[in-house]
Amino acid sequence: MTTEVLDFKPTQKILDKFEGKKGSLIPILQNIQEEYGYLPQDILNQVSEKTGTPMSQMFGVATFYAQFRLQPRGKYTVRVCHGTACHVSGADQLSEAIEHELGVKDKETTADKLFTLETVACLGCCSLAPVMVVGEETYGRCTPDKATKIIRKIKKEESNDS
Amino acid sequence: MTHKVIVGYGSCGIAAGAKEVHDILDEELKALNNSYKLDVTSCMGMCYREPMVEVTDGTKRYIYGDVNKKVAKQIIEDHVKSGQVVDKNLVFSTESKTEDQKFIDAQTRLVLKNCGRINPERVEDYLAAGGYESAKKALTSMTPEELRDLMIKSNLRGRGGAGFPTGMKWNFAAASVADQKYFICNADEGDPGAFMDRSVLEGDPHAVLEGMLIGSYAIGASEGYIYCRAEYPLAIKRLKIAIKQAEERNLLGENILETNFSLHIKIKEGAGAFVCGEETALMASIEGKRGMPRMRPPFPAVSGLWAKPTNINNVETLASVPRVIEIGPEKYAQMGHEKSGGTKVFAVTGKVKRSGLVEVPMGITLKELIFDIAGGIKDDKKFKAVQLGGPTGGCLPYDLLDTPVDYESLKKTGAIVGSGGLVVADESTCMVDMARFFLNFAQNESCGKCTPCRLGTKRMLEILNAITEGRGKEEHIEELKSIGAQITQSSLCALGGTAPNPVITTIRYFEDEYLAHINDKKCPAGVCRDLITIKINQEACPGCEICKKECPQEAIIGERKSPHEIDQEKCIQCKICLGSCPFNAIYAE
Repeated sequence: MTTEVLDFKPTQKILDKFEGKKGSLIPILQNIQEEYGYLPQDILNQVSEKTGTPMSQMFGVATFYAQFRLQPRGKYTVRVCHGTACHVSGADQLSEAIEHELGVKDKETTADKLFTLETVACLGCCSLAPVMVVGEETYGRCTPDKATKIIRKIKKEESNDS
Repeated sequence: MTHKVIVGYGSCGIAAGAKEVHDILDEELKALNNSYKLDVTSCMGMCYREPMVEVTDGTKRYIYGDVNKKVAKQIIEDHVKSGQVVDKNLVFSTESKTEDQKFIDAQTRLVLKNCGRINPERVEDYLAAGGYESAKKALTSMTPEELRDLMIKSNLRGRGGAGFPTGMKWNFAAASVADQKYFICNADEGDPGAFMDRSVLEGDPHAVLEGMLIGSYAIGASEGYIYCRAEYPLAIKRLKIAIKQAEERNLLGENILETNFSLHIKIKEGAGAFVCGEETALMASIEGKRGMPRMRPPFPAVSGLWAKPTNINNVETLASVPRVIEIGPEKYAQMGHEKSGGTKVFAVTGKVKRSGLVEVPMGITLKELIFDIAGGIKDDKKFKAVQLGGPTGGCLPYDLLDTPVDYESLKKTGAIVGSGGLVVADESTCMVDMARFFLNFAQNESCGKCTPCRLGTKRMLEILNAITEGRGKEEHIEELKSIGAQITQSSLCALGGTAPNPVITTIRYFEDEYLAHINDKKCPAGVCRDLITIKINQEACPGCEICKKECPQEAIIGERKSPHEIDQEKCIQCKICLGSCPFNAIYAE
C-alpha cells in the first residue's frame, strides 16, 4: 500500500452524492476508483469512519469484483480479451506477445507506470476476435504483430511528449 | 424521400474502425452539401463485414461491408455523387442478390427488427417503427391478468439461459402481495461468446424499456433496475439517453400515458463478476454486497431485492415482449418449436465464414445455423465441434448437428441453449485444451460459497492441466467424470450446476483426443505446448528473418537468405513465429 497523502475532498463529494441512497457501496467504490485510478487504502479507511460501513465489508466487496483495484494503475490499461472466440483465434499468442513487449505479466504494471496489463473474460466483440483494448480504444482482429506495433507507437508518442 | 448514408456504430463496428469511416464520410458529405445526410445506427448483425455503411434513398437500400477510408471515399465518389453501386463491397441490397444474401434471408428478425435500422439515440426513430404501441395497448386496453395470460399463450421462455416460461414467472410475482415490487432487467451478459444483449441494448434500447414497462404493469412493480455490465459502456450510455427520452415523453415516470400506472427505472453498473448473472447474486450486488447466490426458496417473486417481491428477466426476453403483443401470441408461438415459442438470437463466432448475430425461429437445426447461415468453416478447414451455451455449455460433434435448437433437445445432448452463444471450432482446436479453458473460466468465476464448486472445479482443472502437460493417466478420465457429477449435484446455483458440462461433453464426444494426450503424449490438433514441437519447413523458408525478430526466446537461428532453424532447447512453443511467417513455413507437430 502506498503512503502518499491523497486529497479526500473528491471522496467527500462522492459520499454526499450517494448520501441516504441504499445499496450504494458499489457505485461509491466505482466513483472513488474513477477519481484516483484505484482504491487507496487511506481513502477507504476514512470512508469507513465517516459512513460506519465496516472496513471488512468494503474490502470484501472490493476484492469480490474484478473491476476494483487496490494498487495504482499505469497510464494505459492494456486489456486482452480471453473470451471463447478470442481463445480459439489465438488470444494466448496475443497475450504472450504483449507480455514480451511490455515485460510484465497479467495484472502487473510496467516500471515506468505507463502500462498495466489485464486479461478480461469477454468484451462482446467476438466476431472481431482476437481483441485488445488500450485505454478506451478497441482493436479488433489483433495479431501479435499488430499489438506490438500499437504499443510501440504509444511508447514513442509518450517519450516524445516528455 | 430521405437520402442517407448510415454508419453501423455499435461496439463491434467501432472496434473495426467505424469512427474513422464516420469522420471521413462526415467531412466529405459536408463538403458535398447535397441531399444526402449522414446518420448512425447500431450493429447490423453482419459483424464479419464490419465496418459497414448503408446508402439509401428512403426505399432502395445498399449495404457495404469492409469499409475503410478508401472505400468510404469511393462510396461518396461513385454512389452518392453518380449513383454507381460499389459492387466489390456490396453486402446486401434490396435491388439485387449478393453472396451474403443467405445470412439475411434465413433470418426472422423480431428482437433485432430495429437493430441496424434505426438511430438508437433518437426516440423518434423507435416511435416511427411502431415503438411503444404495444405498451400503449397493454396499459390502456388490457388488465395485468390478460397481459400475463397473453404471455403464457405465446410460449415465450426466458432467453437468459434457463428457459423458464415468462408468463408463468410474471404470474408468481403478481401473486405476491406487497407495498413495493421490483422489476429487474438482467443485462449482465457475462458469457464469453455471447453478445446479443449488448447488441440489443446498443441498437434498440427503447425496446428493452418498453418490455420492462409492460412487464412491470403486468406484475404491479413501480420501480425497475437494469443491471448492466460495466464492460458495456456504449450500452449504458444509450440506455441512459433512452430513459431520459422516455421520461420526457411520459413513457416512464408518474402516470404513464395518463394512466394510474407509474414506473421509474434506474441503471446499476456491474463490477465484473460472472456469477452476478444468477438472479439472487445479481440482487445481492444491487444491494451493494458481494454477489453470491443464495438458497431458493424463497424465490425472488416472493422475496427478492430488499426482501420485496421481484421479477427478473433477461434483455432479449424483454425486447421480445413488445413484439409478442405486436404480432399476437398465437402467431408468435407458431413461429417456434413445440414448447418454445418465437425466435432466438444466436451469436455465431469462431471459425465460421460469416460470424455475427442471427435471429432464427426456435427449432432450427445446428447444421442450418452453422453451414447455411454462417457459411461453414473458413480457410477450407474441417469442422470439429460447436460449443454452445456459454462457458458452462457443451461441445457437440458433427454427428449431432441435426439436433434442433430448443431447450429440451439440446439438454439431451449434454449441452444447453444458454444465452445463445455458438463458438465453432475447426480441426486446429484441441478439445482437451478447450475443456481446460472453460473450466479455468468457471474456476475463476466460482464465488466460492459451495465447496463442491469451489474445490471441485479446482481439482478438475488440475487434472486437465496434467493431461495437457503430458502427465495424464488413464484413470484421470473416470476421476473427471466422478468429480463432475458431484459438482453438478451439489452446487447451489447454475454456475456450479453446469460448470462440468464442457469437460463431460468433450469426454463423451471426443474421448479419442483425451486418450491421445494421455497414452501417446500427443496433441492431435497441435495446441498443447508440452506435447508439440515447432518446426520450420526448410524448403519453404527463404530466410527473411521476420520470425527471428519476433521470437521472445531468441530460439530461431540461421543467416539471412538461408533457411532458419529452431533451437528446441530454447523454444517455449509460444507460436508467435507461426503467426509472423509470411510464407507459412513454420508449423507445429
